[in-house]
Amino acid sequence: MTGLPLIPFLILFPFCVGATLFCIQNMEVRKVIAYVSSSLIILADFILLFAWLAMGARPVTMYFETAFVDRVMLAAELGLMVLVVFLCFKYRKYWISLLSIIPTCMILWIELYVPKAEGGGKIYLDHLSILMCLIVGIIGGLIIVYGAGYMDGYHQHRSDVPDRRRYFFMLLFFFLGAMFGFVLSESLLWIDFFWECTSICSFLLIGYTREPEAINNSFRALWMNLFGGLCLAIGIWQFVTHTGSVSLHELIAVGVAGRAVAVIPVVLIAVAALTKSAQLPFSTWLIGAMVAPTPSSALLHSATMVKAGIYILFRLAPAMQGTLTGMMISLIGGFTFIITSIMAIAQSDGKKVLAFSTISNLGLMVACAGMGRMETIWAGVFLMIFHAISKSLLFQDVGATENSLHSRDIEDMHGLLYILPKLAIFMFIGIAGMFLAPFGMLIAKWSAFKASVDSGNVMMVFFIAFGSATTSLYWTKWMGKLISQSHIREKKFEDITKRNEMISLSIHAALMILLCLLFPLLSRVYVNPLLTEMFGAAHDVLPQSVLYVLVLIIIIVLAVPVISYNYVKNYRTNRKLSYMNGINEGDNRFFIDSFGDPKRLWLSNYYFPGRIGQRKLMVPGQLFAMTILIVMMIMIIGGVVA
Amino acid sequence: MNMMMRVAAYIVLAPIVGGLLQGIDRKISARMQRRVGPPLLQPFYDVIKLLKKQAITVSTSQTFFLLTYLIMMVLTGAMFYGGTDILMCFFVMSTAATFLYFASVVTSSPYATIGSNRELIQMMTYEPAVLLACVGFYLVEGTFNVEEIAISDKLDLALMPGFFIAFVFILTIKMRKSPFDLSTSHHMHQEIVKGITTEMGAQNLALFQISEWYENVFLMGVVGLYVVNSSPLSVIAALILIAAVYFLEILIDNTSARMKWESMLKITWIVTLLSAGVNLLALMLIHI
Repeated sequence: MTGLPLIPFLILFPFCVGATLFCIQNMEVRKVIAYVSSSLIILADFILLFAWLAMGARPVTMYFETAFVDRVMLAAELGLMVLVVFLCFKYRKYWISLLSIIPTCMILWIELYVPKAEGGGKIYLDHLSILMCLIVGIIGGLIIVYGAGYMDGYHQHRSDVPDRRRYFFMLLFFFLGAMFGFVLSESLLWIDFFWECTSICSFLLIGYTREPEAINNSFRALWMNLFGGLCLAIGIWQFVTHTGSVSLHELIAVGVAGRAVAVIPVVLIAVAALTKSAQLPFSTWLIGAMVAPTPSSALLHSATMVKAGIYILFRLAPAMQGTLTGMMISLIGGFTFIITSIMAIAQSDGKKVLAFSTISNLGLMVACAGMGRMETIWAGVFLMIFHAISKSLLFQDVGATENSLHSRDIEDMHGLLYILPKLAIFMFIGIAGMFLAPFGMLIAKWSAFKASVDSGNVMMVFFIAFGSATTSLYWTKWMGKLISQSHIREKKFEDITKRNEMISLSIHAALMILLCLLFPLLSRVYVNPLLTEMFGAAHDVLPQSVLYVLVLIIIIVLAVPVISYNYVKNYRTNRKLSYMNGINEGDNRFFIDSFGDPKRLWLSNYYFPGRIGQRKLMVPGQLFAMTILIVMMIMIIGGVVA
Repeated sequence: MNMMMRVAAYIVLAPIVGGLLQGIDRKISARMQRRVGPPLLQPFYDVIKLLKKQAITVSTSQTFFLLTYLIMMVLTGAMFYGGTDILMCFFVMSTAATFLYFASVVTSSPYATIGSNRELIQMMTYEPAVLLACVGFYLVEGTFNVEEIAISDKLDLALMPGFFIAFVFILTIKMRKSPFDLSTSHHMHQEIVKGITTEMGAQNLALFQISEWYENVFLMGVVGLYVVNSSPLSVIAALILIAAVYFLEILIDNTSARMKWESMLKITWIVTLLSAGVNLLALMLIHI
C-alpha cells in the first residue's frame, strides 16, 4: 500500500480551510464555510473508516517516499520556532523560547545529520488511529459548528474583548489538522512536528482575549507543553542515534522485546505525554486554559490535545507493561485521579469543576495505560470514548449557559431546570454520563477497577475505590443544584442559545446514549480487534452477559423516570410551604430573621475550599508527583546507563 | 427458574421482613431505654396510615424521584438475590441513593437541603468500604457473581475479617444509626429537624419507608453472604450473624451521640484503610 489520498486530505484540508477562513471578511460566508468543511471532515472520517474496513481492517503502513514533505515540515517547524521566539520576546518570557529552540535544533540535526534507515512508512492506520480520527473529527467538527454560534453570543456578552473570530476559527481548524497528523503518523519526526503544532495552537487559543490573565495562562501552557516537546525530542534523538530508526512501531517492538535501547526513549515520551495530558505536576496549564472562549476549552479538554497524550501512552502501553516506567506512569495517573477529584469538590465555578474532572479522568486513563495490560487498555479506550463525548457536551453546555445566565458559577445554577430548561437537561445528561450507573464512564471505571485487582496493583485499587467516591460527590451536588426548586427569581433570563449550538448539543446527547446502548457491540466489533492488534489476543473484561445486563439496566434507568413521571403527572397533591420553624415569609424564598425583617433564603452546597481547595492541595500534590517523577526517572535511566 | 423464584420472593417478602426488623428494632431500643415500646407491627400500621393520608408536598416532582428511588432499590436487591454481579448491585444502589438525594434537594427546603448535603458526604464516606468488600469477595472466590460466591465451599468470613469489620462499620451509616445518623435524625426538634426526610409527608414518606425496608433486607443479605456457602448449616449461621450484626447496630445506636461529619469521614476512612486495606494487602499477597 503506497497511499490513500484521503489521509493527506484529512491532514491538509483543515489547514487550508483555516487559512481560507482567515482571509474572508464576511461573517456569514465564514460560517457557511465552517459548517460545510466540518461536515466534510466528519464525512471524510467515515469514508476513511469504511475504506480501511474494505481493505481488510488490518494495520497498514503507508507513504514511504516523502523527502519533499519532510523538507516542507522542517521548514514549517523552523517557522513555528521563529513564531514562538518572537512571541516570547514580545511578552518578555525570554527563557521559554529556549524550550522551543533546543528541540527544534535537535530535530533539525536528526533530520539532516543522523544516519537513518531509509524508506520507513510515515503513516500508520489501525484501529486505534482510526478511532482517534473519529473522535477528533466528530467531536472536533461538532465543536466548530457549536463555536460558530457561540462566538456571537460570546462577543455580545463580553463586549470588552476585541473581536478576532477569523483568527479563532483559523486556529480551531489548524488544531484539527495537527491532531489528525499526530494520530496518523508513524514517523517519530512527524509525530514531533504535529506535537509542536498542537502545543502552539493551544497556546494561541488560550491567549485569545489578550487579557493579562489569558497571556499568563497561555505562556504557562506553552512552557509546560514545550517542555514535553523537549522530552519527546530527546527521546527521539536517543532512539535514532542508537538504532537508526524513526518508526514508532519499531520503538514499541524494541520495547516489548525488553531491550535496554528502548527504555530511555519510552520513559521520555511517556513523560512528554504526561505534560500533554495535564497530569500532576503539569496540571495547572489545563486549569488555566479555561480563560479562553468555550469552544477552545471544549476542544482542548475533550477531543484533542489532552487525548493526544493518552493516545501516545496507549501506543506505548505494551512496551511499558511490567516495567518501572509503567509503574511510574500508573502511580502518577492514579495519584492525579484521586487528588484532583478531591480538589474538584472545592470548586464552585462550573468550568473549573469540568477542568478538574478532566484531569482526574485523564489520570485514570493514564494509569490504565501505565499498567499496560490488555484489560486496562480495554477500560482506558472506553474511558476515552465516553469522556470525549460527555465532556464536550458539558463544556458546550456550560458555555451556552454562561452566555444566557451571565455566570458559570454552580451556585447560580440553582433551579436552572426552571430558568433554562433545555440547557439544564443537556447538562443533566452529560453529568449522568460522567459517573452514574450504568452509563459508559462507570462501566469503564468498573473494568479499570477489576483490571487493577487482576494485575495485583494494590495502589490502583485504593486510588479507584476512594477516587470514585469523591468523584460522585462533586457531580451529584451539581445535579442537585440544577433541579432544586424555588428560589425562582424575579429576574428572567432569556435563552440566547443559537440553533447550531443546540444541534451540536443534541447530537452529543444522542451519541452518548446511543453508545451506552451499543456498548457490548462496540466492544466486540471494534475495541477487541484494537486490542488484538496491540497484544495479540483480546477478550471482554466484563463478560458479554454482564454487558447485556447493563444495557438492560440502562433501558430500565431511562424508562423508570419516564414511567414514574407519567404516573405522577396526574397525581393530586396539595402544595405546602417548606418547613422553616414557622418563620416563613410569603413563599419559600423568604424567612423572618432575628430582627423581625424578611430575609432571603439562600441555599448553598458544601465546598470546603479552605480544607481541600486548589490552594491547599495543588502544591503538595505537585511536589509529591514531581518527587515520584524525579526519583523514578533517576532509577530508570540510571538502571540503563549503569 | 430458581433465580426468578428468589427474585419474586425478595420483592414480596422484603418489605415484610424489613418492616418486622424495624419493629424489632423499635422494641429493643425501647427496652434499652426502659420503655415498653410500640407493638411489633407498628411500622406497618404507620406506613398504611401514611399511604391513606392526603398527599401534601412542597414540590410535586418529589414523588417521581422517590418512586424512582424505590424501583432502583428493589432492582438492587432483586439483582443481589437473583445472584448477579455484586459490584453491579452496589452501583445500582448508589444510583438509587442519588435519586433519594434528588427527592430531598428538589424541595429547596433549608432543613432538607442540609440533610441531603450530609447524605452526599455519607455516600462518599461509605463507598470505598463497599467497593473494597466486593474486591475481597473477588479475591477469595475469584468471582464477583453472588450466586457463585454463595455456593462455593469457602467460608469467606474466615479469609476476609477485615472487610467484614469495615462493612459493619459503614452499615451504621447506611442504616442511619447514631452516631452516623447525620443526614436524618430519629426525632424532631433537633438541629436538622428530620434532615433528608423533613419535607416528605404522607405517601412520599411511606415510599421512603418501604424503600428503606428493601434496602435493609438487601444489606443484611450482603452480611449473610460472608458466611453462606455450600453447606446448608451455613444459612443458619448467616441468620445468627445477621441477628448479631443487627443487634450490634441497635446497641451502637442507643449508646452513642451523633458525630460531626468530619469525624465520621475521618474515622470511617481510617477504619476502611486499616481493616479492609490490610486485609486486601494480605489477600493480594496470597493471591500472587
